[in-house]
Amino acid sequence: MTLLDFARGPALQGAAFIFVVGMVWRALGLLLLHRNTPLSRNRDNHLARHGFRTVLSRFIPAPVFERRVSFQYVAGWIWHLGFFVVLLFFKIHVMFFQGLLGFGWPTLPNGVVVAVAGITLGVLLWLLGRRIVNPVLRYISTFNDYSSLVVTMLPFITGFLAFAHYGFAYETMLALHILSISLLLVWFPFSKLIHVITLLPSRYILGVKFWRRGVQA
Amino acid sequence: MIRRQQTLGERLEERGISRRSFLKFCTTTASLLALPPAFAPRIAEALESQRRPSVIWLSFQECTGCSESILRAGSPSIESLIFEAISLDYHETLQAAAGHQAEAAREQAMAENMGKYLVVVDGSVPLGNPGFSTVAGQSNVETLKQVAKGAAAVICMGTCSAFGGIPYAKPNPTGAVPVSEIITDKPIVNVPGCPPIPAVMTSVIAHYITFGSLPELDDLGRPKVFYGQNIHDRCYRRPFYERGQFAQSFDDEGAKAGWCLYKLGCKGPTTYNACAVLKWNEGTSFPIEAGHGCLGCSEPNFWDKGSFYAPLSTATELGSGTVAAGVLAGAVLGAGAGYAGRKMQEKGKTGPFEAPPVADAGQKENS
Repeated sequence: MTLLDFARGPALQGAAFIFVVGMVWRALGLLLLHRNTPLSRNRDNHLARHGFRTVLSRFIPAPVFERRVSFQYVAGWIWHLGFFVVLLFFKIHVMFFQGLLGFGWPTLPNGVVVAVAGITLGVLLWLLGRRIVNPVLRYISTFNDYSSLVVTMLPFITGFLAFAHYGFAYETMLALHILSISLLLVWFPFSKLIHVITLLPSRYILGVKFWRRGVQA
Repeated sequence: MIRRQQTLGERLEERGISRRSFLKFCTTTASLLALPPAFAPRIAEALESQRRPSVIWLSFQECTGCSESILRAGSPSIESLIFEAISLDYHETLQAAAGHQAEAAREQAMAENMGKYLVVVDGSVPLGNPGFSTVAGQSNVETLKQVAKGAAAVICMGTCSAFGGIPYAKPNPTGAVPVSEIITDKPIVNVPGCPPIPAVMTSVIAHYITFGSLPELDDLGRPKVFYGQNIHDRCYRRPFYERGQFAQSFDDEGAKAGWCLYKLGCKGPTTYNACAVLKWNEGTSFPIEAGHGCLGCSEPNFWDKGSFYAPLSTATELGSGTVAAGVLAGAVLGAGAGYAGRKMQEKGKTGPFEAPPVADAGQKENS
């Protein structure tokens, strides 16, 4: 079995299994926990609406912190969007999903995706550098932060090399690309990357809690 | 009948092949083998003076496609003359002799050229049962061991003898193995392909006749000069791959416009062969040029690498079953984790069930 056979076969299958197990496990584990029931009267009667409002309002920096956190927000937006564009609108990726799901969708020209991928990788590298250089960020960073960032970057780096036929032979680079995705899938549920499923519900819960007490957040 | 004492030069002269044509062939061969032009006279000299080496061609579990391919090197091309110029002392399909006479010819050739003859093998060797494939009552594995013993080198023509090929594909009912799993003490050169390119086969033999050695091989025992680059890198459709222009089906507008066949399962990016350069049928075209993706036939286990029509970027084993099993296992673990979490909450008295009296709660909130 060649490295590519291993990557396309057992590695991806095993990683996807661990990913699904981990995501369902953690999501269900959180969902089944006891919730605090309010002990005081609600100060607002449209909690659900305000909860959703908080979900949305957190997508942009709060005006009071705007100057200090805007870079973080913009950088975060760019690379998250870039990640989704490259993942979902690169022709060869759509072929992968088509093989898995049985249907595909329109894609972007390769030139556009390559440019987006380049920007995304650049931002990720910048954020990694910033985390290392900035003393405050360095102080609060843990292994989880660094590893999650690196594991997210690896598919971009290997994907670029595979696409450009640079470095090792194509089949080796493609195998490394698929293996890096497998690593990301395995790492995902057990690291801070789990925020993909916890982020929006957390915001909603926070919004409801604040508004219930009359805090207009 | 070819007189063994004749050299190739003499034979060519006798057949009315001009020296110019012969030298042209030698230059082409030097070029195919990526040798400097200065080597052409050396090849000519070696081929002209060379007594025809004895070649024993063994056919095991095969379809005779490799023999068909080498015979179609373009008759009456110079390649076919080179083929004639070796002393093909045993080839079940081509030899005039049959039965005991044929086997006697093989044994005689072996005895007369002990340690010097070349063995060409096409087809894989079944180990599951000696009776699966026999010639003259002898199992393939016995024949191979017996013949290879006195050979100077073994050339595996085609993917079956080089890597097991189709007989080796799952579930491999005959227990087929490639030659290299049986013969370990002789130089082996693999010339895979289903079938290999005729010029590649003749050039490997020409190299052996010229230099008395096998060409430089890659890690799979293939001549680097022919198997050093992948088809994708040399494919005329490559620019369409770069631009992301892929044929979606075999008869859509993209296919008609000659776009890349990656999406239709072309294995060119992972296949090392000279098809895109040397082409087939005397340079007419090659599979991709004819509109079909590369099957990757010169790579080991090409038959078992998923569908021929699935893109390389697709998973081969991941499916809805894996996802469903994951969801189920995750649900069981999640339910367990949730239950354990609740118990811990209750034990740690952190839940609402421990809520203080309303008055206290009010105080807390105000404080």
